[in-house]
Amino acid sequence: MNSKKQKLMILVFMVLTIVIFLLSVGNGAVQMSPVKIIETLLYDKGSTSYQILWNVRIPRTIIAALVGINLSLAGVVLQGIMRNPLASPSTIGVSAGAGLVGLIFLILFPQYYYLAPIGSFLGALGATMLIYGLAWNGGVMPTRMILAGVAVSSLFGAGNNALMTFYPERVSGVLNFMVGGLASITWGDLKLILPYTIICSMILMCLPTRLNILMLGDEVSTGLGLNVEKTRFIFIILSSFLAGSAVSVVGLLGFVGLMVPHITRMLIGSDHKYLLPACILTGSSFVMICDTVSRVIFSPIEVPVGIIISAIGAPFFLYLLRGKGGLSYGHKRK
Amino acid sequence: MDIRGSNIVVQYEGKEALKGVSIEVNKGEIVTIIGPNGSGKSTLVKAICRSIKIDEGEIILEDKNIHSIPTKIIARKLAVLPQVKSVSNDMLVEALVSYGRFPHLGFGKRLSKEDKDIVEWAMEKTGTIGLRDRNVITLSGGERQRAWIAMALAQKTDILVLDEPTTYLDISYQMEVLELVKELNKTLGISIVMVLHDLNQAIRYSDRIYVLKDGLVFDHGDPCEILSKETLKDVFNIQADIYEDLQNKCPYIIPNKIN
Repeated sequence: MNSKKQKLMILVFMVLTIVIFLLSVGNGAVQMSPVKIIETLLYDKGSTSYQILWNVRIPRTIIAALVGINLSLAGVVLQGIMRNPLASPSTIGVSAGAGLVGLIFLILFPQYYYLAPIGSFLGALGATMLIYGLAWNGGVMPTRMILAGVAVSSLFGAGNNALMTFYPERVSGVLNFMVGGLASITWGDLKLILPYTIICSMILMCLPTRLNILMLGDEVSTGLGLNVEKTRFIFIILSSFLAGSAVSVVGLLGFVGLMVPHITRMLIGSDHKYLLPACILTGSSFVMICDTVSRVIFSPIEVPVGIIISAIGAPFFLYLLRGKGGLSYGHKRK
Repeated sequence: MDIRGSNIVVQYEGKEALKGVSIEVNKGEIVTIIGPNGSGKSTLVKAICRSIKIDEGEIILEDKNIHSIPTKIIARKLAVLPQVKSVSNDMLVEALVSYGRFPHLGFGKRLSKEDKDIVEWAMEKTGTIGLRDRNVITLSGGERQRAWIAMALAQKTDILVLDEPTTYLDISYQMEVLELVKELNKTLGISIVMVLHDLNQAIRYSDRIYVLKDGLVFDHGDPCEILSKETLKDVFNIQADIYEDLQNKCPYIIPNKIN
């Protein structure tokens, strides 16, 4: 694939993202056309439609987009630096750590429910550092880190299950957090995620060559003058911030961070110069689509978006996997 | 002198892989490291390329300890072709070679005209210019190795280190790679440090050979002199006859049986 094609593809993704944003804002229990949306926002500020748009739909759709951006960027970075197609925010323990601390607040200390987002964010960072420490042996081996992540995740998962077993009556209240939901999003949630999205993605946009070089292997990277340990650490911290802030707002949305990077890589190739901006667009589009479907499909009942993500994502992913003859991924060559 | 390593000790999980190895590489020389499996060849090369930390001793690159030089500066003087490398499915040869310019780029800078010219030059020197738009993974073994060498060449270094550059290649590709290495050494004056398994290739293509055994230098010197029957027996555990290769004017070893 040449760079002209890749640039064109990013342009197409941009247009699609805008269209999907308008569709997502316009659909739900009350339907509005894009023209109606703009009219309402500009000239009809007192109406119920305006209230629905401005206070419910728009913050929710923006946050859906940001969550999509954060999780897919975190996933693409982790898959790159670990040279492992199974790497994702859940693999380095971000989700597990965030989930456990979040649930501790929601179930054990429901009076402090408002601390759950910040708690799960800190849980994400803490778990990442723990796994990084466990995988450290004079340097971090990617495979070791993924295995440590799987082990620690399952330990934290046991903690989650224990909490639910001891407090079954409180489970229904936290269901939205556990399967990932966008139902109760307000403008106030924006400050929990937007700063991380902006800062981390701007830093990442400056580092695509480093990601590309890390894909060539640790020894090649060192030979090219890249400080492998330091670079990998910076990327892990960035992805932990990205994923941690996403989980703190919407709860445990699995799969986005694993799948969107693969789908995008299949579409645009694995040069991070194009892959990173493409992931921003595909990640946000994907979560916005799933959120729209979650509102519309069984309207007026709303399905948690995490369920829709798996239901749409998994078959599409499998379709691409079969079509292209396997995951487009780094192969070890002697 | 380009590289001087003295008394290098490297420990792997309590076991000493290198027990005090000293090695010198002079400007414009081809130095080959040979030795049986587990003798510490790759460890020595990795230590020189700062891929592993050394526990004792020091490695001096052009009068400076390599651990006191920023890694990016080293990458402008010493290029590496490791054994284990990976590329994504859609990596093009030209893109791979252009990563060789990374050590010369400032933060966030793009390739300049000069960088692009050097990438062209590196592909030309290695005969990969016709392969520039090919996917690296679709290349033959020899072509692929040449593409990697082109990347290392684009670093514009005085020293090139190759860890078993011929392993897993068939005989014609092995020659292709070694001839290329020799040509780069002769025409550009690049010092070469490499690990080889084939003793006859080591003799034919090197200016000096280091023989490693059990993490120590068993012997080193002129390839025509140091590989005696006794050395082959002591180090490689084989009984061999040594003939003269009249065409290439060097000894030729034919192993007869295991000791």
